[in-house]
Amino acid sequence: MNAVVVHNLSKNYGKKNEIKAVKEISFEVSTGELFGVIGPDGAGKSTLFRMLTTLLLPDNGSASVDGSDIVKDFKAIRNKVGYMPGRFSLYQDLSVEENLNFFATIFNTTVKKNYDLIKDIYVQIEPFKKRKAGKLSGGMKQKLALSCALIHRPVVLFLDEPTTGVDAVSRKEFWEMLMKLKSQGITILVSTPYMDEAGLCDRIGLMQNGKLLSVGTPKEITASFSQTLLEVKSENMYALLQQLIAYDSIMEAYSFGEYHHAVMKENFSIEKLQQYLEEKGNKNVVIKNTVPTIEDCFMQLMKK
Amino acid sequence: MNQFFSFVKKEFFHIWRDKRTMFILLGMPVIQIIIFGFALTNEVKNAEIAVLDQSHDAASSLLVNEIKASRYFTIAALLHNPDEIKTTLQENKAKIILVIPSSYGNDLKHLNAAQVQLIADASDPNTATTLINYASAIIQDYQQRINTNIQIPFAIHTQVRMLYNPQQKGAYSFVPGVMAMVLMLVCSMMTAITIVREKETGTMEVMLVSPVRPMKIIIAKAVPYLLLSFINIASILLLSVYVLGVPINGSLVLLLAESILFTITCLSFGLLISSITDSQQTAMFISLTGMFLPTAMLSGFMFPIENMPLALRMLSNVVPSRWFYEIVRSVMIKGSGFEDVWMQTMILLGMTLLLIILAVKKFKIRLE
Repeated sequence: MNAVVVHNLSKNYGKKNEIKAVKEISFEVSTGELFGVIGPDGAGKSTLFRMLTTLLLPDNGSASVDGSDIVKDFKAIRNKVGYMPGRFSLYQDLSVEENLNFFATIFNTTVKKNYDLIKDIYVQIEPFKKRKAGKLSGGMKQKLALSCALIHRPVVLFLDEPTTGVDAVSRKEFWEMLMKLKSQGITILVSTPYMDEAGLCDRIGLMQNGKLLSVGTPKEITASFSQTLLEVKSENMYALLQQLIAYDSIMEAYSFGEYHHAVMKENFSIEKLQQYLEEKGNKNVVIKNTVPTIEDCFMQLMKK
Repeated sequence: MNQFFSFVKKEFFHIWRDKRTMFILLGMPVIQIIIFGFALTNEVKNAEIAVLDQSHDAASSLLVNEIKASRYFTIAALLHNPDEIKTTLQENKAKIILVIPSSYGNDLKHLNAAQVQLIADASDPNTATTLINYASAIIQDYQQRINTNIQIPFAIHTQVRMLYNPQQKGAYSFVPGVMAMVLMLVCSMMTAITIVREKETGTMEVMLVSPVRPMKIIIAKAVPYLLLSFINIASILLLSVYVLGVPINGSLVLLLAESILFTITCLSFGLLISSITDSQQTAMFISLTGMFLPTAMLSGFMFPIENMPLALRMLSNVVPSRWFYEIVRSVMIKGSGFEDVWMQTMILLGMTLLLIILAVKKFKIRLE
């Protein structure tokens, strides 16, 4: 059974509905899956999540969460999902413990009852349980927010950009926690602007300008990358990029960490490229074949 | 129920932990009562009076003693020639001057009539009028007493009795006013702000995606402020009875019940504001202009409604505090019972119901 089914969902903002935040999105998430919505800021991820958590009404299309319609059965959905909004939304003047207890009672449960579910996360912040939530560090705030969103053992968990603004170590820990939750059978939908987190999801949807560009497992998505991808490096990286973009058999070139990535047209030769770059005065030119990442796929899909 | 208590507890934490706001909420009525009671008063006590007694005889000194004996005046200077009048006023040595002409004693004895002159510094017209009234009253009083032995035909003596507030204390009118203002501020503004704050910080978003019924959120928000208002009502009443000497002539139970009704009116107004605004600033602005100003200006507490132009008089009818002010004044000062204020109570009740219905209807169960 599918935990989340989205069909042609659209949402417009503005007085004349001129801002189209989400455009006819359709996808499905199976029960127990960790599904990532990947996209840059302003792609419409939060709008999508808010529609699925019944906070916004769609203008078109339909969706259901755990079998309940997001418009008709919104009360049922509010009983069984967990939602963690993009920005920290707990009571800053209440302590860690008070926040957790409060959220437990509003979901008609107790911390004790579902302690095993949040235990792994909560033990990390437990030493600070008397501290006011507003005084926690970014990573700890996220852990507390996750604990609060989990305290009622939700069927589906919606996490809107949980790792934005969190340091690298906390991000890694956060994803490890999500893996554990997944193993407990909770369906998780997570949105993130970080492409490197995509590989940690079971399946992902790439989102841009309100549209879902592609949906699939990270492997399926990278496998769909049809062209050859090269990584190129030399001493003058800036000039190199200009020269790569100008080169005939290159469809596209962009900087990618230490290297530039070049998407090649058919009938290219590495030797000719090497020769061309050296003629242009590049020293220590390195050209290698590389495996496309999600980010490469995203760049390609964006241009289409 | 557990859910509800947990909510109320949380609300109390918010109030308790924001010490500055709490201090303002609980201290404000005390400070307002003290300011209105002692500083902003139009009663005049111990005003400086100067006397130019040109008559210098037994009759004139009797009159001067009469003035001296009154607690409204202290004699600041005894003048000796008319030129001093101008300088005394200009140097602010006295606010009013009693001039007794040289013929005073003689005229009184032989003509049965004499004139005295009161010269007041009308650069402050309110004080001048008050002082003139006080001084005239003292002189009248004195005149009547010396008249008792002499028969004068066809004299009409007006006997004035200022009922309910014989000393015409200002406190009698501002205690009900301050009550209306404080309740308005605590209930309308604070509830509006705390709900809008949850919208601003995003906690409302989380709260909406939970099984809690919106009505529960709203009522839980209102309960702590209802309690706080009750403390404020009590402190205002205690201060006015024991410090300002304003009696509670009517039934205390009725007074408290009416106050609770008005508190609920204010709470529902606050809820309505919170439903239609998204930022704390807007909420504050609307509660100030929508509630606080009309309470101060149009409830009859500062300016008599009877003197207003028709448009403003009509407008004052929709200001809830106007009716509350009338109720408190009647019950507290005049000692009226429910039978005298039932109409105002019904109006207030109607307004409250309307506001509650609007607030609940406008409450957004989603983000838009």
